[in-house]
Amino acid sequence: MSSLAVPQTEPVAGSTPGTAQGRPPLRRRIALIPTVTLFLGAIYCLLPVAWVVIAATKSGRELFSTFTFLPGTGFAGNFRDLSAYRDGVYWEWMGNSALHAGLGALLSACVSAFSGYALAIYRFRGRETIFNVLLAGVLMPPVILAIPQYLLLAKADLTDSFLSVLLPQILSPYGVYLARIYAAAAVPADVVEAGRMDGASEWRIFTRIALPMMIPGMVTVFLFQFVAIWNNFLLPYIMLSDDEKFPITLGLFTLLEQGANTPALYTLVITGAFLAVLPLVALFLVIQRFWSLDLLSGAVKS
Amino acid sequence: MPYTKRRRLVTSAVALALGAAALAACGSESGDSETESGPVSLTYWTWTPGMDKVVDLWNKGPGKKDQITVTVKKQASGDTLITKILTAHKAGKAPDLVQAEYQALPTLVSNDALADISKNVGDAKDRFADGVWQQTTLGTDAVYAVPQDIGPMMFYYREDLFKEYGLTVPTTWDEFAKTARKLKQAAPDKDLTTFSANDSGLFAGLAQQAGAKWWTTSGDQWKVSINDAATQKVAKFWGGLVKEGAIDNQPMYTPSWNKALNTGKQIAWVSAVWAPGTLTTAAPETKGKWAMAPLPQWSANENRTGSWGGSSTAVTTDSKHQEAAAKFAAWLNTDGDALNALAKESGIYPAAKNAQTSGAFLKPPAYFSHQADFYTKAADIAETTAPSAWGPNVNVAYTTFKDAFGAAAKNKSDFGAALNKMQADTVADMKKQGFEVAR
Repeated sequence: MSSLAVPQTEPVAGSTPGTAQGRPPLRRRIALIPTVTLFLGAIYCLLPVAWVVIAATKSGRELFSTFTFLPGTGFAGNFRDLSAYRDGVYWEWMGNSALHAGLGALLSACVSAFSGYALAIYRFRGRETIFNVLLAGVLMPPVILAIPQYLLLAKADLTDSFLSVLLPQILSPYGVYLARIYAAAAVPADVVEAGRMDGASEWRIFTRIALPMMIPGMVTVFLFQFVAIWNNFLLPYIMLSDDEKFPITLGLFTLLEQGANTPALYTLVITGAFLAVLPLVALFLVIQRFWSLDLLSGAVKS
Repeated sequence: MPYTKRRRLVTSAVALALGAAALAACGSESGDSETESGPVSLTYWTWTPGMDKVVDLWNKGPGKKDQITVTVKKQASGDTLITKILTAHKAGKAPDLVQAEYQALPTLVSNDALADISKNVGDAKDRFADGVWQQTTLGTDAVYAVPQDIGPMMFYYREDLFKEYGLTVPTTWDEFAKTARKLKQAAPDKDLTTFSANDSGLFAGLAQQAGAKWWTTSGDQWKVSINDAATQKVAKFWGGLVKEGAIDNQPMYTPSWNKALNTGKQIAWVSAVWAPGTLTTAAPETKGKWAMAPLPQWSANENRTGSWGGSSTAVTTDSKHQEAAAKFAAWLNTDGDALNALAKESGIYPAAKNAQTSGAFLKPPAYFSHQADFYTKAADIAETTAPSAWGPNVNVAYTTFKDAFGAAAKNKSDFGAALNKMQADTVADMKKQGFEVAR
């Protein structure tokens, strides 16, 4: 899914979408090399997706024997088999993934908004140190932290629970980093100052003035974190042992690794992977429109 | 075991991340259990499909009487599970019972994760072939697991195509090579089989058949002889066939491999007793056209096979109810009803000798319905399984095998060099882990 996430980075500081910078030249020359490069890139990213979509329609018999990009006839059967596997445990995995990713991303966006705003607006001792530590956190792959987090949560007797997967994913250094950069660019110090002059409390300034300005950035954080949690494998793998608590990534892995004497359930895994992508696609399509929402961006005249 | 490239990536990533924790895992106090009283509940990590139904039999039958309830937590199989168990063990939170492949037992034991259950399951010994039982004792007086299933290796071939090309079933590896060449002459676009490096268990089993003992101990020292004469013979044999082009060099378990089996481009497969299950999904169109024979031998007067796959049920040192857990492990793998259910629900080939020719194994598997004596033959072959010798870092040897032999097979280069690399990397890793390795 990272291929979908790439183009949607945060707006550049100070940019105001919607206000055109003069008229574009009437006759545009098509730049050949960038177009071809992008086109090839799109094929590279979309071909595997197309493979999954087509393979999901093939029955076990057709999967390896018919032409790769020839749709099969087994989608309904695959869907039925998948839903019937271990009394529908697949839909429990889907539910778990949705809960982890939805709640986790929401909390993560909130935490990022609070801390990003604080780091951007307030001047206090140690601010830069905190920010540098966070930057180091951005560079640290979360995979490395899974084991220490397991050992810590084991001390608190929280392993193999919903919380054990949710808690470590709430604080996202990248989200905080993004929120700070975004808040610094989108919330002008003058607006905050004006709010203080009018006697608004700091909480009110944050919730009523700053937060609406930061919404597009927070939507980005939410999406990034949602995708990251949805696709996360190692953390839930270490934390959870009960397969009814598994998210979808882990569940599909158990379908593949069935042991030596049982063949992998390829058709179920492929159909399961296809269905698991749909919520992400839907989410992107729904949330996309919030990016252009840049409230109050004209509040300060420069 | 089906093992695609993508899963290998996942496995390596997990192994990398978990490696450090696993190596650092230190011994923990083992909860010595006195005789139990009162209800006990146990957790059991297993990947066997349908195991929950088998365990239900226990919970409603003998388990109810003894007030021992077992809960199945289904896992994904493979090396990743070992690292997961070791990580949990480091936190003192490993489940009471785990399923473990035989080659993983030394790793678990050397990390002090498995309890010695010889007092509780010692009587079960004569239910299993010596070579199988020996894998759970690691050559000591202790018993670390109860054997569950085994994977004696066999030779599978397309009966119809063998007839069509005038081939006879090879009884020695020499004949096997001749058969491969003869087929190449008769039908240049077909291959007898392929040499695949993506499942190390196959090569380990072939080496085991040739008499290799990769890990042995003397005193406190380990001796690693992965590049011993027997294994070199096996490597040279397959390397030679690949180099001259007598067999294919494409990996197994890929879509194109499935297609090759399904369309008769490859007409034989060196595999194990669980092959019917794999063939059912890989080559559905050729059902009823395959037959099973013993593995070819290195000399005409020998009768041995290797094993590929198979697993056991072990009790962890973290368990607070080791005696109860051992009782369940013994029931699961020796009781007639349990073994019947395991065969029916999970499709496993039992390690217990008497179960191999009774119950579900009176009839051949559906894919081989025309070979009526499939399981009688299989039981005879299982009896001839050569002893195996696993060490504490089989996973490292296996990973090196996949990389070194995978490259050698692809480039049709020297298999001997790949074998030496496997030996060198395995020894280096053991030294790094702090084992004493004899030169």
